[in-house]
Amino acid sequence: MTFTLPAFTPAIPEMFVLGMGCFILLVDVFLSDRHRVVTHWLSLATIAATAWLTVTVAENAGLLTFSDMFINDSMGNVFKLFTYLTVALTFLYARDYFNDRNLFKGEFYVLGLFGMLGMMVMISAHNFITIYLGLELLSLSLYAMVALDRDSPAASEAAMKYFVLGAIASGILLYGMSLLYGATGTLDITRLGVHIAEAPDINIGVMFALGFIIVGLCFKLGAVPFHMWLPDVYEGANTPVTLYVGSAPKIAAFALFMRLLVEGLGGLRAEWRTMLIVLSILSMAIGSIVAIVQTNLKRLLAYSTISHVGYILMGILVGTTAGYQAAMFYVITYVIMAAAAFGIIILLARKGFESDRLEDFKGLNDRSPWFAAMMLIVMFGMAGVPPFVGFFGKLYVLRAVIDAGMIWLAVVGVIFAIISAFYYLKVVKLMYFDRAPEGMKPVEASLDMRWVLSGNSLAILLLGVLPGPLMALCARVITF
Amino acid sequence: MTITLFDFLALSGVLFAIGMAGVFLNRKNLILLLMCIELMLLAANSNFIAFSRYLNDPAGQVFVFFILTVAAAEAAIGLAILVVLFRNRHSINVEELDSMKG
Repeated sequence: MTFTLPAFTPAIPEMFVLGMGCFILLVDVFLSDRHRVVTHWLSLATIAATAWLTVTVAENAGLLTFSDMFINDSMGNVFKLFTYLTVALTFLYARDYFNDRNLFKGEFYVLGLFGMLGMMVMISAHNFITIYLGLELLSLSLYAMVALDRDSPAASEAAMKYFVLGAIASGILLYGMSLLYGATGTLDITRLGVHIAEAPDINIGVMFALGFIIVGLCFKLGAVPFHMWLPDVYEGANTPVTLYVGSAPKIAAFALFMRLLVEGLGGLRAEWRTMLIVLSILSMAIGSIVAIVQTNLKRLLAYSTISHVGYILMGILVGTTAGYQAAMFYVITYVIMAAAAFGIIILLARKGFESDRLEDFKGLNDRSPWFAAMMLIVMFGMAGVPPFVGFFGKLYVLRAVIDAGMIWLAVVGVIFAIISAFYYLKVVKLMYFDRAPEGMKPVEASLDMRWVLSGNSLAILLLGVLPGPLMALCARVITF
Repeated sequence: MTITLFDFLALSGVLFAIGMAGVFLNRKNLILLLMCIELMLLAANSNFIAFSRYLNDPAGQVFVFFILTVAAAEAAIGLAILVVLFRNRHSINVEELDSMKG
């Protein structure tokens, strides 16, 4: 009996992150608190090197390896590059925040890198086993990260809720996978797709499996009615952790939708479209309406995430190439906006002052006109005001929906976009037309944070003025 | 009497339902909740094993090994969070986890 060695090259970025994660964990043990910043820069260097490796080994046509369990294709590589970008932003924004609170420990970086590895495996997964392993590697890192501030009752409560609901979601997803395995006899995504397409008689087992899988995926993405964990986790966790939870994993979850639902279960498009329509409308409705009464900005952004998830699902449910491309554009731009929004909260926070209530933003224009303008860009971007990029995200999604003949759904989307504009504009009003409370200190932050955050916010404007290249990129890599 | 595939599926269906019901009905103890989650994963496992035997395909059994490993890691993290929670709040009552609302 002979064994052939699988091709390792397509998975070199993953292996590198794994090795560096272990190495940084080890190095961190021997560092004193004064030199902790070494871990920080080492993690960022790892991400930069991983990005370089990803570009170097990129396979445009799609290359399978490890018994078809792992795929290196252009869609995955683009997702991965944006994942690296957001994780790197998280690390950059987090340093001063944790330094102020005596939480500047290596664990955040190591867990962040392992979570990133989980996302990379999810994005490149081509088999139920790799999907599950990537998802769990990400989820387990996230649970531990939420509980990072172990003396905070809110953080530990949020971590427990996240853990319980996340574990239930994993269980449901697995049960759906097991039923699908029984019905089709394969764990491979391509063979699953072929099997589903060739067997038009859909039995009850496959329908059950589809239901379970959609519930599991929507739990991870945070669509209503599976959104209960989101507001609590966003509010309870430290802001940099919230930024991590709220940004990059959305890209990975979207990649999972593309692999599992579109590539694997594309033959059942008519069936999952109905389910996703309900979830999408509910997400937009709850996300837009409940956010209006929030007084905590992190909680408000959680509901705003839920409503954005509704639009992402809207792009997916159309079931056309244009719809997937629009959804991909939406996910990427949303993640950039979310990173900037949480970055500004982190920037304004001090030791003992989280700056996460809406009233903390009163009169921000007097304290720091530049960062008030940045927050204005972020809020207008999320509300979908032209010429910011959020407008084009919504435009592309709605256009795909109208092209597919579902005009009523586009109308519903526009109505909820208008409702949600109310609370984004409320933040803008607080910053520009209200007076700051007495004793508010001027904004101070390290130079690299100021520059990166400004670049992050201005990217929202720039991508809005020139949405063409990013959309062309999405159109090039999604060919389903 | 022979045991058919259907019997295994019924068993795992019942296990899954008990786990799910336990998660949503239990309002007292977080440890019970962790046990219910474990039960749901075991239901998926027994499904995989039954199908693997039925289809004569070892891939399902390989998957089960991975699920068991991940479930162990998951339980470890869950219990660690439980300890942190108990230190902060001196209670593991599910009903008292309500400091954040809205």
